[in-house]
Amino acid sequence: MNIQNTAGEAHKKATTKKTGFWMNLLRVREAGISLIILILVVLVSLRAPAFLTADNFMDILMNISILVIVSLAQTMVLITHGIDLSVSSIIGLVAMMVAFILKQYPGTPIFSAVLLGMALGTVLGSFNGLVITFGNVPPIIATLGSQSIFRGLVFYYSQGTWINSFELPANFKLLSKGTPLGLPNLVIFAVVIAVLVYFFLKYTRTGRDIYAVGSNPDAAQFAGIRTHRVKLLVYMLSGLLSGFAAVLWASRFESAQTNTALGFELQTVTASVIGGVSTSGGAGTVPGVLLGALLLGIIQNSLTLVRISAFWQMAAQGLLILIAVISDKYILERVEKIKK
Amino acid sequence: MKAENSQELKPETLIAEKAEHYSLSTLFKHWEWMLVGLIIAVVLVNTNLSPYFLNANNLSRTSSDFMEIGLMMLPMVFIIVTGNIDLSVASNMGMSASFMGLLHNMGVNIWVAALAGLLLGTLGGVLNGYLVGRVKLPALVVTLGTYAFFRGLAYGFLGDQAARNYPPEFTYFGQGKVFGTLVPFSVALFAVLAILFGLVLHKTTFGRYLYAIGNNENAAIYSGVPVSKIKFRIYVLSGFISALAGLILAARFGSTRPDNGTGLELSVITAAVLGGLDINGGKGTMYGAALSLLLIGLLKFGMGLMNIQSQVQSMVVGLLLIISILLPHFVSQISSIRKDRIRWKSILAIVAVVLVFAAFFAFFFWSRAAVIASV
Amino acid sequence: MSEYILELKDISKSFSGVEVLHNVSFTLRPGEVHALLGENGAGKSTMVKVITGFHQPDNGEILLDGQPVQFSDTRESRQAGIAAIYQELSLFPDLDVAENIFVGRHPITTGGRIDWRKLYAEAGKLLDSLGVQLDLRQKARNLSIAQQQIVEIARAFSINARILIMDEPTSSLTLNEVADLFHLVRSLRDKGTAIIFISHRLEELFELADRVTVLRDGFWVDSCMLKDVTRDDLIRMMVGRTISNQFPKLDVCAGEVVLKVEHLCREGVFEDINFELRCGEILGMAGLVGAGRTNVARAIFGVEPATSGSIILADEAVTITSPQQAIKLGLAYVPEDRQHHGLITPMQITSNISLPTLNRYANHGWLQGKKERKASFEAARQMEVRANHVQQLARELSGGNQQKVVLAKWLSTNPRILILDEPTRGIDVGTKAAVHALMSKLAAQGMAILMISSELPEILGMSDRVLVMREGHVTGHFYRNEATQENIITAATQDVRAGSCQ
Repeated sequence: MNIQNTAGEAHKKATTKKTGFWMNLLRVREAGISLIILILVVLVSLRAPAFLTADNFMDILMNISILVIVSLAQTMVLITHGIDLSVSSIIGLVAMMVAFILKQYPGTPIFSAVLLGMALGTVLGSFNGLVITFGNVPPIIATLGSQSIFRGLVFYYSQGTWINSFELPANFKLLSKGTPLGLPNLVIFAVVIAVLVYFFLKYTRTGRDIYAVGSNPDAAQFAGIRTHRVKLLVYMLSGLLSGFAAVLWASRFESAQTNTALGFELQTVTASVIGGVSTSGGAGTVPGVLLGALLLGIIQNSLTLVRISAFWQMAAQGLLILIAVISDKYILERVEKIKK
Repeated sequence: MKAENSQELKPETLIAEKAEHYSLSTLFKHWEWMLVGLIIAVVLVNTNLSPYFLNANNLSRTSSDFMEIGLMMLPMVFIIVTGNIDLSVASNMGMSASFMGLLHNMGVNIWVAALAGLLLGTLGGVLNGYLVGRVKLPALVVTLGTYAFFRGLAYGFLGDQAARNYPPEFTYFGQGKVFGTLVPFSVALFAVLAILFGLVLHKTTFGRYLYAIGNNENAAIYSGVPVSKIKFRIYVLSGFISALAGLILAARFGSTRPDNGTGLELSVITAAVLGGLDINGGKGTMYGAALSLLLIGLLKFGMGLMNIQSQVQSMVVGLLLIISILLPHFVSQISSIRKDRIRWKSILAIVAVVLVFAAFFAFFFWSRAAVIASV
Repeated sequence: MSEYILELKDISKSFSGVEVLHNVSFTLRPGEVHALLGENGAGKSTMVKVITGFHQPDNGEILLDGQPVQFSDTRESRQAGIAAIYQELSLFPDLDVAENIFVGRHPITTGGRIDWRKLYAEAGKLLDSLGVQLDLRQKARNLSIAQQQIVEIARAFSINARILIMDEPTSSLTLNEVADLFHLVRSLRDKGTAIIFISHRLEELFELADRVTVLRDGFWVDSCMLKDVTRDDLIRMMVGRTISNQFPKLDVCAGEVVLKVEHLCREGVFEDINFELRCGEILGMAGLVGAGRTNVARAIFGVEPATSGSIILADEAVTITSPQQAIKLGLAYVPEDRQHHGLITPMQITSNISLPTLNRYANHGWLQGKKERKASFEAARQMEVRANHVQQLARELSGGNQQKVVLAKWLSTNPRILILDEPTRGIDVGTKAAVHALMSKLAAQGMAILMISSELPEILGMSDRVLVMREGHVTGHFYRNEATQENIITAATQDVRAGSCQ
C-alpha cells in the first residue's frame, strides 16, 4: 500500500487481491480516457506525421493551458454538486478591466496587473458564492444570472469598445508567451496551478471537505463541516482562477473584447466531465481533468491536421463528448458487475 | 423524526371533499401575481418614458422577436417541471435551420427542405430522449454534449455560407401577419401552441405525470408512472419544437446562418425560471412562464427604445432572475432571526462583504471614467 | 464540579409549529450507559440532535459540566467532547472507508498536510479493535448496510469523546457483532465515558445500560435505574397504556396459492428465494435491516427486477419488469420509505391517491377533475384519513395519516396481492392499531398479504406464517404456532453459506 501512488484515488476502486492487473487498471477512472487519447494519437500520427512533433505538441499545450486552469476551478465547483456558468463572463469582465488599466497606466508592473485580475475575479466569484449559500439560489440559476450580469457589465464598462494589441505594453504580452524557463510561461502557470490544486484537494482538510460536501451534504453537516463556508470558498476560488485566466487570456490574445471567452464555460464543464468529474458531486480528480482538457486539445489539433474542415470540428467534438460519457457509464457498470 | 399531529382541525368531519372556497390564488399563485404587477409597472414606466412604446406597429414588430424563445420555452417548461434540463435547444434550432438551408441551396423544394429540417430536429430530440430516458445519463451532461454536437452539425452543413432567397410563401411564417390584423403569424402560432401546452400540462394525465416525476421521481416509479417513456417523449417534443423555431427564425431573417440563435438556450431557461418554475422540478405553471416571457419582452423592448445595449438589457434580466429567487428567501430569513442569537462575528462579516463590494464598484467606476474620457 | 456531565433542563423544540420535544429534562453521569427509550416519533432523535447542536432548542438549557452551553453546530459540540452516531446513516458514498472514519479530522503532519499513511494505519487499528475486517480503500457506496453501520461506529469511537451518543447502532448487526460492540462500549464506560444508547431491542438495554429515560410523544415520562424495572414496565411507559387486543388477527383459512416465487435471484442482493402466498393469508417476513427483504419485494413489484428465477401468479408464470405491469397484474406495494417512495409529499392528497389509477379518471388523456376528486375522497374517507380536505398537500399530514393515504392509494387499485413493507414504522399507536385491524379485515376478505416488518411483536402478532431472511437468503420458515422470538432471532442472525445465482 504505497500512499504516494494514490493519484486519483477518489476514483480508484478498492483493490482486492483476487483480481488481476488489468482489472485493476480498468478500475482507475483515468484508464478509459488515457486509452482513448492513445488510440487517437496513433491514428492521427499515421495520417499526419506532423502531429508527433515537439512543436505541434507545444502548440496543443499552449492551446489548452487556459482551459486547464479554468477547468480545475470548475471541477472544484462541480465536486460540491454545484456549477459555475459565469466563468466565461468573469474572464471577459476582468480581462477588459485589467486591459484598460494597462492601457491607461502602461507602467503598471505586470505582477500588480496579475494580482488585480485575481482580486477582481475573487470578488465576482464571491458574489456567486454568497447568492448560492446565503441566498439559497440553485447554483445553475445563480451563475446563469450572474453570467448575463457580468457580461452586461463588460459592455457597460467598455461602452462597446475593445483593446487592441498595440494598446497593450510589450512586457504584458510576454507574460504568457515568454520562455524564460524553456517552456512558455502559460504552460508553466497551468502546470503550477494543477500541482497546487492537486495538493489542495488531496492534502488539506479543506480540500477533503469539498469532496465530503458534494458526496453527502447532510452527513457533512453532521461531521461538523461548515458546508456554507466550503461552498463559498469554491466559488471564490473559481473566481480567483478565472481572474488569473483572464489576465493570461488578454496577454495571449493581445486584446480584450466585449465577447472575450463567450461560451467558454461549457468547454470547461466539458473538459471536467470527460475527465471523470461527476455532475452530481463528490467525485473528480486533477489528473482526470488534465487528461480531459488534453483530449479536447488533441481532438481540436488533430482535426485540423488531418484536414477535417474547421466547420465539422465542433460536431466531432460534441460527438466525442457523448461517446466519452456513454462509454464511461458502461465501463463503470461492467466494473461493478465483475466486482460482484 | 417526523412531526406528528400537524394541522388536524375539525376532528368531527375527518376530511372534506373540497377546499372550502376557491380563491383566485388556487388558480394563480403569488408568483404569477407578482409578474402581473411587474408587467403593469414596466408598461407604465415605459409609456411615460417613450411615446413609441404603446404603438401597435412597434409592438407587433417587436413581439415576433421573442417567438423563437417562446416556442422553445414551451417544451422546456415540461422538461424543467420534471426536474431535467435541455441545453441543446438553441443548437438544435441552428442545426435544423441550417439543414433546411443546405437543402434549399442544393435546389430542393423549400417545403421538402423544411420538412427535412423538422425531421432532423426531431431526431436530435430522439437522441437526447434516448440518452436521458433510457440510458439514464444526467440531462445536464447529455444536453451539454448535444449542445456542441448539434451546433457543430450546423457549421458542418453550411460552413461560412448562408442560405438565402427563401420564397415569400415561406418567409410569411416569420414575417407575415395573420390576415387582416397586425398580429404576426409567429405570434399567433405561439399563442395557439402555448394554450395547447398549458392545457396538456394542467389538464391531462400526461401533465400530472410530469409534476409527479419532478416532485418525487422514485415515488412516481413506485406508483406505476412510465417515467422513462415520458422523459423520452418530452425530449422528442423539445427537438421538434426547436426545429420549428429554427424554421420560423429562418423565415423571419429570410436567411440562415449556422450561428443563428447561439446562446438562446440560456434566454429560454431564464424565461422559464423567472416564470416561477423550480429548476429542481415539480413547481410552476404555464401561465407563469407565458407571463414572464411577456415581461422580458416588454422590458427589453422598452430598454431598446431607450437605446440601451442588448447586453446591458440581458444584465437587467439576469439581475431580475437572481433577485426574484433571492428576495422571498431573504424575507423569510430576516423574519426568523432571533435577536439573542445575533453574533458580532456575523455583523462583522456582513460589513466586510459590503465594504469589499463597495471597493469593487468604486474601482469599477473610477477606472471606467478613464474609459469614457478615451472614447 | 457537578454530579452530571450533561444536563438538559426543560428543553422544547418545534418544527414548523409542531412541538416535537416538550419540556424534556435529562441527566447523564460520567461512566454510565444511559438508555433512551421511546416509540418512533417520541422525540429521541430530535433530542440527540439538540444535544449535538444540529438543532437549537427553542427553550430550555443545556448544561455541560454544570456550565450552560449553546452549540450552534455539530463542530462546536464535538470540540466540547460529544460524539454521535445518528440514526440516518451519514457516510460519504464517494469516500473510502478509512477517510469516512476521519472526515473533518484527518491527521495532519508537522508540515500541515494530511498524513494519509497515518490515517490508513489508525483506521486499520480501529477496525481491528472492533473485530471486523473491511477493505480500507473500499468506497462507502459499495458497503452493505451492516458494514456501513460498523464504519459509523468506528468513526464515533475514533473521536475519543467524553460523551458518546449512539442512536440505534445495532439495527442491522449480527449477534457476534453486537457482542463485540457491547464489549467496547463497556470498556469505554469503565474509562469514564458517558454513553447515551438508543435501541429498540429491549433485551440489549437490560444487558448493557445502567439507567433508562423514557420519552413519549415528545414528553419526558420517567428516568430510573434499569435494575428496578421490568420489561413490561418499560413498554407501559413507552406506550402510555396497556394495550389489550394489540394484534387483532382473525383466524382465516388460507385459500389457493396466488403468488409463488421460485429460485428468485438478483445478483449480489438475494439468492434462491422460494415461497408461496395464499389468499386470505398474511405472510410475515422477518430479518435484520439490510437482509434483502425489501429487495425481494421490489423485485416482485418490478422496481428492480430479479435476474433469474420465476414468479408465478395464480398458476401463470410472469416476468415483471416495471411497477406498471405489476399493478396491472393485481399487485400493490406499500414501500418502507414513505417520504421517498410512498408519497409525493408536495402534491395534494387527491393526486397521490389517484396516481396509480389515473387513467380511470381520464377521457383520452384529459383529466376529469371532479370524478378524480370524488373517488379519492371516497378512498380517503374509508381509510379515515384526518385532514381538512382532500386537496391538502400530503406533507402537511402526520406520519400516521400519510400512511393511511398510501394505503388508500393502493387499495383503490383493487389488488389481489398486497405487499406491506414496514407498514407501521414511525406512526402513532392509534393508527398502528387501525392498520393492523385493516390488515386483518383485508385478509379475511381474501386478500393475500406479504408483510415485511422489523418489529418482532408485529411479526408474531399478525402473521399466519413467518419467513426469516439473512444476507439475501431465506434462513427460516415458521407456522404461527411455532414462531417464537427466539427462533426468529436465531434464524435472522445465523451464518449463511454463500451460493450463487445460476
